[in-house]
Amino acid sequence: MARTGTKTSGGRGARRSAAAPPAAVEERDATLSEAQRLDLYYWMRLTRSLEERLVNLYRQTKVVGGLFRSLGQEADAVGSAYALRREDVLSPLIRNLGSMLVKGTTPVEILKQYMAKGDSPTRGRELNIHFGDTERGFIGQISPLGDMVPVMAGVTLSFKMRGQSRVGLVYVGDGATSTGAFHEGINFAAVQRCPLVVVVESNGYAYSTPTSKQTLAAQFVDKAPGYGIAAEQADGNDVIATYEATKRAVDRARRGEGVTLVELVTYRRKGHAEHDNQSYVPAGEIERWERENDPITRYLARLRNEGVRDDALAAIDARVAREIDEATDIAERSGVPDALDALVGVYADPPAERPLWYREGQSAVVDVHERAQGWGTYDAPARGAD
Amino acid sequence: MAEITYLEAIREALFEEMERDADVFCLGEDIGAYGGAFKVTDGLLAKYGESRVIDTPISEIGIVGAAAGAAHMGMRPVVEMQFIDFIANAYDMLTNYVATARYRAFLPCPMVVRGPSGGYVRGGPFHSQNPEAGFVHTPGLKVVYPSTAEDAKGLLKAAIRDDDCVLFFEHKYLYRRIKGEMPGGDHVVPIGKARLAREGDDLSIITYAATVYKALEAAEQLEREDGLSVEVLDLRSLAPLDDDAIDATVKKTNRVLIVHEDTRTGGLAGEITARINERCFEWLDAPVLRVTAHDVPLPYAPSLEDFVLPQTADIVLAARRLAAY
Repeated sequence: MARTGTKTSGGRGARRSAAAPPAAVEERDATLSEAQRLDLYYWMRLTRSLEERLVNLYRQTKVVGGLFRSLGQEADAVGSAYALRREDVLSPLIRNLGSMLVKGTTPVEILKQYMAKGDSPTRGRELNIHFGDTERGFIGQISPLGDMVPVMAGVTLSFKMRGQSRVGLVYVGDGATSTGAFHEGINFAAVQRCPLVVVVESNGYAYSTPTSKQTLAAQFVDKAPGYGIAAEQADGNDVIATYEATKRAVDRARRGEGVTLVELVTYRRKGHAEHDNQSYVPAGEIERWERENDPITRYLARLRNEGVRDDALAAIDARVAREIDEATDIAERSGVPDALDALVGVYADPPAERPLWYREGQSAVVDVHERAQGWGTYDAPARGAD
Repeated sequence: MAEITYLEAIREALFEEMERDADVFCLGEDIGAYGGAFKVTDGLLAKYGESRVIDTPISEIGIVGAAAGAAHMGMRPVVEMQFIDFIANAYDMLTNYVATARYRAFLPCPMVVRGPSGGYVRGGPFHSQNPEAGFVHTPGLKVVYPSTAEDAKGLLKAAIRDDDCVLFFEHKYLYRRIKGEMPGGDHVVPIGKARLAREGDDLSIITYAATVYKALEAAEQLEREDGLSVEVLDLRSLAPLDDDAIDATVKKTNRVLIVHEDTRTGGLAGEITARINERCFEWLDAPVLRVTAHDVPLPYAPSLEDFVLPQTADIVLAARRLAAY
């Protein structure tokens, strides 16, 4: 069994600064067909455009809670999820809308979920992209970071116990690697030789905290040898490189060779959520990434360079726009959850809790539901201002 | 049929459920080759092998999280906490992840977390705890805490078959002190039903786990010395609580003493008292009283531990005050 990662070329010196985009990796011959390469473009474009639609809905106050963007990270989400098969299971994080779309989530589900509709995937119980579907192969995340690593260790343990040729993939950010759950989950999965891929999306910030304050490790792949597992590292803004690195890890898992830690280096161009004004980001850093290393711009240039015609790309853009418009119309027409559904399904048995005595016979208790105010800095007056 | 101990009854339930259902498997620290810190899982590895009896790293978050993931996929994991005190390490995983899974994501989480609990064993602060109250407080979890060998077996089998996560507290003081004759056949005790441990007319003691025996001792003494007829209700299930059984005993005797080994503030006695107050106030002839542990970490020295924990004499004293009210 390989004891060390396949990635050995990463710099061992100072951590790469988030301010300096990584140089584009050497282009390889794509092993994907043209249809598949256009597929990747479709998912990335859908991710970005769907989030842009959500921003509009957020500003119209139709999104009930916070809005989380993955702007600039579409390639790492889409490329990594594209390495999985239908029967495989992934556990997304908040910046993995693209991964969920690849795995079968539909735009209308995302829109209904953000708008807290009664027929949304969680019937209004959970926020944003926190939902799952074991049939399509994704497990709903929770907010405490790192917790999905042990859970996915167990999901993949079941694959091993049942002799199934299935693989699991779990995403964590640079921040989640600091948690105890990350350590316990990856160690458990390593010891049990679970068919699990752990993807660390190194995007520069965890909320406002830069990676330099999360870890002294020069790069996240350096953690792999400590667990006795393999490692892969790729430019997370290169969708093909991301796909290929993840595919190697997935293939290794499917061959029964256990866990791989995949580090995808990318950059979070938006704040933690829409309310976050990113005051902690050095001037010019975001703009530099947008200008020099946008994953969709890079991929478009590559596709054109490979001979993909503009009308083929325009057709995908038109399809994405149409699908999002249609999904928005459907989602907006959906109703709010029935209040009594709040008491259903805590347990299989009993199937529902009883309303408290002062709510017996009632189905609504307030006339106007108060809207959440800003959580952070977005609407706050400048310090020192009257 | 020969009697077996409380501990052997738990082991018997594990063997029977693993035999009945190939999706049942055990995982925990030192449970395989060593057979567990108290030998509860002794013999399981030899019969079912390493794939179904998994010796894990020291990793409560990892073990509980992995059990949840396997449970989502249709397995029925049974996790052993080497001592239930260590369940605190997995508190986030149990309360944030497992307990919410069905509600927020429609993910079934049929799993059991079991482990040796409780004091009177000179175990000190980290091998004697009764952390049930924090989990009873969490919607989405079920909690059982048997006092008899029959219930230990029957409730564990019910817990393994339940479609949600059940925390199964085993009292280590009772492991080898308590014996019982197992009912024949497939002995399953339903979760959510209390057991009337002793019938009486003058006052009721509501309790569970090891203090059931202290309550029964006190009842004997009160009958002998005071001519009092004391009813003892063994809750067995703490979440859900058997409200019907609680109401019935309150309405029968009109005087209630609640006894538990857990500490006082935020302990279950407060919750039970509140429920009685809301539903049976007009049936009460006296205020509901509590005998519990003092609000301190459990100390090691016998003179200290015995002072902190509820004793039979405390129950007798409280019952006499209640009877005289």
